[in-house]
Amino acid sequence: INHIVHNGGLYKRPFNEAFEETPMLVAVLTYVGYGVLTLFGYLRDFMRQWKIEKCQNATEREEQKDFVPLYQDFENFYNRNLYMRIRDSWNRPICSVPGAKVDMMERVSHDYNWTFTYTGRVIKDIINMGSYNYLGFAQKAGACQEAAAKVLSQYGAGVCSTRQEMGNLDKHEELEKLVARFLGVESAMAYGMGFATNSMNIPALVGKGCLILSDELNHASLVLGARLSGATIRIFKHNNMQSLEKLLKDAIVHGQPRTRRPWKKILILVEGIYSMEGSIVRLPEVIALKKKYKSYLYLDEAHSIGALGPSGRGVVEYFGLSPEDVDVMMGTFTKSFGAAGGYIAGKKELIDYLRTYSHSAVYATSMSPPVVEQIITSVKCIMGEDGTTVGRARVQQLAENTRYFRRRLKEMGFIIYGNEDSPVVPLMLYMPAKIGAFGREMLKRNIGVVVVGFPATPIIESRARFCLSAAHTKEMLDTALKEINEVGDLLQLKYSRRRLVPLLDRPFDETTYEETED
Amino acid sequence: QEKEELIEEWQPEPLVPPVPKDHPALNYNIVSGPPTHIITVNGKECINFASFNFLGLLNNEKVKSAAQASLKKYGVGTCGPRGFYGTFDVHLELEERLAKFMRTEEAIIYSYGFATIASAIPAYSKRGDIVFVDEAACFAIQKGLQASRSNIKLFKHNDMADLERLLKEQETEDQKNPRKARVTRRFIVVEGLYMNTGDICPLPELIKLKYKYKVRIFLEESLSFGVLGEHGRGITEHFGINIDDIDLISANMENSLASIGGFCCGRSFIIDHQRLSGQGYCFSASLPPLLAAAAIEALNIMEDNPDIFQTLRAKCERIHKALQGISGLRVVGESFSPALHLQLEESCGSRENDVKLLKRVVDYCMNSGIALTQARYLEKEEKCLPPPSIRVVITVEQTEQELDKAATLLKEAAQSVLN
Repeated sequence: INHIVHNGGLYKRPFNEAFEETPMLVAVLTYVGYGVLTLFGYLRDFMRQWKIEKCQNATEREEQKDFVPLYQDFENFYNRNLYMRIRDSWNRPICSVPGAKVDMMERVSHDYNWTFTYTGRVIKDIINMGSYNYLGFAQKAGACQEAAAKVLSQYGAGVCSTRQEMGNLDKHEELEKLVARFLGVESAMAYGMGFATNSMNIPALVGKGCLILSDELNHASLVLGARLSGATIRIFKHNNMQSLEKLLKDAIVHGQPRTRRPWKKILILVEGIYSMEGSIVRLPEVIALKKKYKSYLYLDEAHSIGALGPSGRGVVEYFGLSPEDVDVMMGTFTKSFGAAGGYIAGKKELIDYLRTYSHSAVYATSMSPPVVEQIITSVKCIMGEDGTTVGRARVQQLAENTRYFRRRLKEMGFIIYGNEDSPVVPLMLYMPAKIGAFGREMLKRNIGVVVVGFPATPIIESRARFCLSAAHTKEMLDTALKEINEVGDLLQLKYSRRRLVPLLDRPFDETTYEETED
Repeated sequence: QEKEELIEEWQPEPLVPPVPKDHPALNYNIVSGPPTHIITVNGKECINFASFNFLGLLNNEKVKSAAQASLKKYGVGTCGPRGFYGTFDVHLELEERLAKFMRTEEAIIYSYGFATIASAIPAYSKRGDIVFVDEAACFAIQKGLQASRSNIKLFKHNDMADLERLLKEQETEDQKNPRKARVTRRFIVVEGLYMNTGDICPLPELIKLKYKYKVRIFLEESLSFGVLGEHGRGITEHFGINIDDIDLISANMENSLASIGGFCCGRSFIIDHQRLSGQGYCFSASLPPLLAAAAIEALNIMEDNPDIFQTLRAKCERIHKALQGISGLRVVGESFSPALHLQLEESCGSRENDVKLLKRVVDYCMNSGIALTQARYLEKEEKCLPPPSIRVVITVEQTEQELDKAATLLKEAAQSVLN
């Protein structure tokens, strides 16, 4: 379904998001494909059990054969029979900086992907459309790298202590003040791992007796943090504001499930850009709902910080909203800043509370100093405080690349999911065989792409995901597009059957999402 | 209409309760400059007895230059998880080196020490499985257990009789329901050197229990890796146990190796499973290559100088002996443990007052040039909260005079504050 929505007061710019429906024939063929693979899987398992075929799995020790088996046979069925066949599309080892072009170590398999051997050769200059390098800060030379080198020789690589004990360096304080200034909030706190930021701080904010409303397609770290907190979790349909409003109304009116007592707090968990769909959260509507129903908003900007907004300040700036409306702003430094780690930003009371009660501040080692310096230099570059306009230029280059790339792919006839402004571009493949074929064909043509299948996506909706970068020049994009076009013809991937139909001011209701328009 | 009223009336709690300004955990010590042997805390230069830099590799020039070379080649970040172009040749090399060093088949690296054991446990132990864990297990293990949703059975710290009692009870349960028992996995999770008490776990007895009751052992070696054993291979080398008898060894690289991150090692049969189901491995960016290169160089140094482990243990024994007999403070921990605790012999009544008293001791020492810290815990979240204590960390860089100075200073501090 396509729609372009202006929606009066809430959105200050057009919000173009599209999730074209799977063509019926393709869906049927995909199920047939999986059926055939499953049958073959059973056949091979049978042959392995009866020793007709050699079993190449690692096995349990002789002394422990009478222990309870560690893995159920069925759990690994998918792993053994489907994943193994196309395993060479993942975990590809690289040996250079993960910039716009990357060098990959060549590896071959003589036994159908059970083991790999490295030939020792290096495939050079592969166009990298898989690394999360949105603003191109993954560089091995330049201001950021020099600053990090200086800090490394002064401070060393590790810290060997936690934030609350002896691990709080002056560099960490500097970083936190800078991040708070960058985002336009009162204060911020940084952690060593983005995944851990979510899984360790959500339990510190909510507990039993609270309600968490989380989007269907939230990242594993948000789901884990919500589960560890002990609060009740309810899921609303992806980016669907009616679903969210219904849940909020029900929650306040009916209270907790058995006791009918009112909830202590309601926390809404959303992400800025969803990395598998390429969709952007409907932030103005979420904030309007949050204010109406007095709940709190936790925004995970892992992919959108640095990548959206005219000056790179994320999805809040993209929609022209105030950062004060978001209660907890969380993000990671891995994607747009070329470093590692995560942060949480918000009001001073919130951050003071996290400094005292966050699991990470008490038990986990603090961030490594050269990594901190890389973040400080890259944030200053984006803000323009290093005296150049490089940061601003990169943000604009990324936006241009995004629009160009998406438009060209749509014109070619592929089914592309997501919002027009998101630098994450999922291209639908659907059939299991095409997952492996797409990855391998693109590598033959010197382009590195990421393909994803089950369980990261629903079983018939496997896709290839391109991550655009400000470091990609127009020539690189054109080369990539030419190759994608070729491979698309070769593998018959051009499924799209529609042209864009603008639907102005269509009222929002549930049925809008099921109808098609032609 | 009624619903509108209910919505109007409902008042949520504030997102976070206010924190009093003088909360002990709110005001961090600010360290200016590198946290090495001589450390500048809050503007004062002190000798560092608080950072877990056991082998003194934090400031080692060879380690730093290896990291610099890696920085020039790869930049800082990896911009992706291991599955999507985040696997570098340094990661593969580090995994091979760790597996060779520990003499196991395979090793897997995580980018955060806390996440290592917290992702490893839920990858194997699911709802319905049974885990026997020591009371004094560290917080990361507790979070891993909580995420796994298994049945947790705590046994008293280092008490093998208590563990055997629990295992026997489980056996009788099994006989009532043999079909369920055949699919319920059982695990024992212990630490080599416990972070919270400084004790060592009785591994030979655990191995006997393992084969008698058919339970798998997961060993967490964060403090004992690079400390115990003739070559620093940890508690298995210390007791002379075959490493294949332990199903999984997990350690973090943030103590002896002076880097960031963690690793698990063991047989391929076990470790390979984490590559697809370890949450902190699949869904998180990989370790920055400069930190991996620093860890490889640190491993080289450990392999080339096997006598530093003996030196470290000798220093630990020395200070352990020197700290005995301080009036008011009692030493908790093994004599060869490089991280020991000093607890109050008599509590003042409330935990808050104990913490305040210990803070005065720590401040006295800091003003005289020895940097110490209190062991920090999340009081409401720990299953078995240890009593408040001062953490004393011994590193290979501390000279004998400094060790003696620290001991005399602590005696003085205890005298003046506690009497």
